Amino acid sequence: MSDVVIRANKIGKKFRIGHNMADHGTFREAMLRGPRNLLRGVADIFSGRAVVSGDSIEEFWALRDVDFEIKRGEAVGIIGRNGAGKTTLLKILSRIVEPTEGRLEITGRVASLLEVGTGFHPELSGRENVFLNGAILGMSRAEVRRRFDEIVDFSGVEKFIDTPVKRYSVGMYARLAFAVAAHLEAEILVIDEVLAVGDSDFQARCLDRMSRVAKDGRTVLFVSHNLAAVSALTQHALVFGGGRLTFDGPIAGAISHYSASLGKASSSGNWGRARNATLISATVLDAEDRPTDRYKPGTPLRLRVVFDTDGMPGMSLEMVLRDELNLPLAFYSSDIFSQKSLPSDAGRYECTVSLQPYYLAAGEYCFDLRTTYTQIGDDHRVENAARFVVDVCSPDGIPYNLAQRAGLGIMAMRLEAPLQFTALPTPGPG
Amino acid sequence: MTSSPPDSPRPLILEAGRADLQYWRDLWRYRELFLILAWRDVAVRYKQTVIGIAWAFVRPFMTMVVFTVVFGKIAKLPSDGAAPYAVMVFAGLLPWTLFASILSDASTSIVGNANLISKVYFPRLIVPLSTVLVALIDFLVSLVILAGLMIWYGVVPGWQILLLPIFVMLAVLCSIGPAMWAAAVLVKYRDFRFIVPFVTQIGLYISPVGFSGKIVPEQWSMLYSLNPMVGIIDGFRWCILGGNSPLDGQGFAVSIGMIALLLWWGARSFRRSERAFADVI
Repeated sequence: MSDVVIRANKIGKKFRIGHNMADHGTFREAMLRGPRNLLRGVADIFSGRAVVSGDSIEEFWALRDVDFEIKRGEAVGIIGRNGAGKTTLLKILSRIVEPTEGRLEITGRVASLLEVGTGFHPELSGRENVFLNGAILGMSRAEVRRRFDEIVDFSGVEKFIDTPVKRYSVGMYARLAFAVAAHLEAEILVIDEVLAVGDSDFQARCLDRMSRVAKDGRTVLFVSHNLAAVSALTQHALVFGGGRLTFDGPIAGAISHYSASLGKASSSGNWGRARNATLISATVLDAEDRPTDRYKPGTPLRLRVVFDTDGMPGMSLEMVLRDELNLPLAFYSSDIFSQKSLPSDAGRYECTVSLQPYYLAAGEYCFDLRTTYTQIGDDHRVENAARFVVDVCSPDGIPYNLAQRAGLGIMAMRLEAPLQFTALPTPGPG
Repeated sequence: MTSSPPDSPRPLILEAGRADLQYWRDLWRYRELFLILAWRDVAVRYKQTVIGIAWAFVRPFMTMVVFTVVFGKIAKLPSDGAAPYAVMVFAGLLPWTLFASILSDASTSIVGNANLISKVYFPRLIVPLSTVLVALIDFLVSLVILAGLMIWYGVVPGWQILLLPIFVMLAVLCSIGPAMWAAAVLVKYRDFRFIVPFVTQIGLYISPVGFSGKIVPEQWSMLYSLNPMVGIIDGFRWCILGGNSPLDGQGFAVSIGMIALLLWWGARSFRRSERAFADVI
């Protein structure tokens, strides 16, 4: 059928990882790692093969046996946990990486937004960056010039368009960057989490813009952890897990499939390494310090976190509590809220974050954890680091169970003083 | 523009090892990006520095003065024919500086643009190639100094000066080969960036920049020409000094051969490691 714009046939992507490997090998290390590795490395250097350092090389499939078809004008959501292969798929679709096996057919021009503001240069003015970024995203200069006023108008930074972007606020920067991206004229738009920028008003405009794009008959592929946004934008979704496509169908089915798979997955595992402070594990604890996956509303909510730090000062441990739709509910930052930075002596540490009691509605919750350079940026970021379930939410044993699914909110409100109805004089006629 | 032209009904096919087919066509299609990246580098460079363009004048001029004093006056090496030593040195310095700045800028360019490489598709070759334009602008500035020197010393160029663009092109080609290779290696071995300046430093003395290539003994001149910059520098001097510095045809041919070899090898190794850039960077 000619209406299919993307056809993936058994695509897979294999990465080679070397063990015993620092982040970026140095030539000196390569020399010290023994003559065999050196020989291999030197041969690789001269022949121009991709070099993988390490004493042993392991292969792993980030994506395997993925088949799907996407039709013209469809808005398709792509969901899955971290490491499920979503980003690898996007990178293959946008030609940043090459598939190791399989075949992908794409009809039409693809514009990929794996990040907003790719290539923005702080020294250049807003105007110059619009042209630079446009060219990087694949627009011709004539095209950018034609849409320049529209772009600036959408971004709302016209007053500062000739100011170097290093003087912009984070919000202005993000708005200008998104504005360029939103005006790309491509048949297929691939979008990864770009909505996580700007204030809520701007986010709403972005969502609106996205849905207009989809209605224009262009194809949109949309990856996000924000299930509410995905379900608002798309009718169809692909769910990934462990590098494989586990579900391909209508969005409602996809979300329930995804939620179910989250419950089964274990909360610990290898979360990779970060630059300075690496999260190792996170466990929800009951009142007796035993690991649990249940939380009883009205009791302290306790989370034990283990992490490694190299002693980098000024790092913060932060957490976001999310509900079943992955919407953020609550936030805590050790540095901002408690003026406590991570220890400045290198080593492995454990801490228990003990939170005041909440009356959370019945349903599933998860914590996203991250270590951050306080108010600057993330170092290690682990989504779904710990999950727990609330079975029943009936404060003080009331005969009612408030559940997330009821759509009434995620918390039962509790009174600070008894509720009293006081009679008021009946207003007179007229 | 990202993948296929807007109206093309023909699907783009992505398969392992298939990228080669579209690569060279894409390179042409992305020529605007090539220009805009070069423009960015130039704009940023002159925005960040106070002395800006002045720097492009001062550096080659001072090097020329030092070489003229050390090699011409102190070591008393002979110039080419009747040409003033300073002009001869400068005529050699021009292509060498062009070569060295392309090599050093292009070799760090892939790593310097890591954020682009991991987020957007375009033929990666554009990144090192765009540094060539920046180096050419500096080259034009130096050309002005050369013109000044020639007027000062009253050197009148012959018809050969018209062939100068050919040698400029050869100098660019000569630097691109090793630069592509170094750029690809640097992605994996970051400390390779210390090796590149070392090579350009040594190269400055083993190439006939501060002295005339003619002082190399006859029996060694073929071997010496294996350094491709020897032929290019000779060519520059021939263009600028005319009859005072005749071109050694055989040596030049050897240099051309080396340039072609380096170019082929650089392009091949760049292309082979390129597809893994986004995986490694």
